[in-house]
Amino acid sequence: MRGFIRDGEPLKERRVLHSSMDCTKRSVTLSEILDLAASNLVSPLILSFVLGAFAALVRSDLTFPEAAAKAMSIYLLFAIGFKGGVSVAGHGVDGALGISLVAGLLLSALLPFVAFGLLKLLTRLDRLNAAAVAGHYGSISIVTFVAGTSILETQGIASEGFMVAVAAAMEAPAILSALWLISAGGKGRMDGHLWREILLNGSIVLLVGAFAIGMITGEEGLAEISSFIVSPFKGVLCLFLLDMGLVAGRSIRDSRGALTAGVFVFGVVMPFVGAAIGVMAGLLIELSLGGVFLLMVLSASASYIAVPAAMRVAVPEADAGIYLTLSLGVTFPLNLAIGLPVYLAVAKALVGG
Amino acid sequence: MEMHKAKRVAIIIEAPMERRLTEALKAADVTGFSILPVRGGSGRSGDWSSEGQVGRAGGMLQVICIIRPERLDAMLEGVFAVVERHIGVVTVSDCEVLRAERF
Repeated sequence: MRGFIRDGEPLKERRVLHSSMDCTKRSVTLSEILDLAASNLVSPLILSFVLGAFAALVRSDLTFPEAAAKAMSIYLLFAIGFKGGVSVAGHGVDGALGISLVAGLLLSALLPFVAFGLLKLLTRLDRLNAAAVAGHYGSISIVTFVAGTSILETQGIASEGFMVAVAAAMEAPAILSALWLISAGGKGRMDGHLWREILLNGSIVLLVGAFAIGMITGEEGLAEISSFIVSPFKGVLCLFLLDMGLVAGRSIRDSRGALTAGVFVFGVVMPFVGAAIGVMAGLLIELSLGGVFLLMVLSASASYIAVPAAMRVAVPEADAGIYLTLSLGVTFPLNLAIGLPVYLAVAKALVGG
Repeated sequence: MEMHKAKRVAIIIEAPMERRLTEALKAADVTGFSILPVRGGSGRSGDWSSEGQVGRAGGMLQVICIIRPERLDAMLEGVFAVVERHIGVVTVSDCEVLRAERF
């Protein structure tokens, strides 16, 4: 709410000004949310996702070869990491990078506790399953992040390049928090293998590695490969989201009885709770509009790759049907279709721009 | 042609456990095994398919190894420590091999 009260005005007038501007602001925000949501829903990205989900729900035989999906995810991670690194090389490394990384680590570590509390409130999940689900909501979905950066690009909004590094930093701490939540219930489980698998999982290594290459080679490096990693980016993202639509659609199709009403409500509510905490953190560390938005997206999204794999190893007793269906079938589509425009409108209203 | 008796151990286990299982096999001096993808199936928690899994979490695989009968118990001990808490099936069957020195 910065910049709304002008110095030197009588208190009464200031109050009137404040309240009338708040009203204007609220209506702008609402119409902006609707506009953004509408334009978001008819973007090639979302329509590709919808097509995939539709194909899965009607049991079409449309599939992506596993290797093709893997190759596309490698491409997207490399491109987004590289571009983030180039952006940081252009602006120089400053304290904001370190502060943002710490904020990301803290958010990832603390969000599972919020999610755990909310799960206890809304559902009857036992401690083990609630902690396993909570871990997913502290970690992130890099595809949601990529879709967020794509919306920023479309709207011509700049963001801090290092948000890619923040995304990488937010993958793992949530897993430790979830395991802590479980061990507080009396069962400890963490071995050296798991540490390595969590900290050096393929997507973290690729994202951070591409970020480093982008930082080292800068604009010149980008110019050399931009025809490969910049121009085709959105097209590849469309295809990838088509595949994610198939995956999410199958997850919904096969989820018969996996989710109770309370668990489903959690999957809808938690992203907005995460985004609210993310926006506060973003404003606190004074990120730009794009940066605040991306931190909201990261806080709102839930993992469906790194955390499920870690949970299968460390907590095999937890029901994968619950946490995978929730993060893939509920929260991911919700964020993509509705969450992203809402978060951007809220970020715009609070940061300005 | 002379045939030699051996044991064929087939272990179906969750994909994220692959490395732990193969390391347990190696620790039990089992150096020969094959790893096969599992496309899908049905079990206590219903039908499942490897189709459309975005990560390894929902996938399964099968590890097959053939060993001499006298080495079976030591091997199963190591394997059991890995698979005990996880979804999966361990089966042991009799088989015959042509070249015993390889096992």
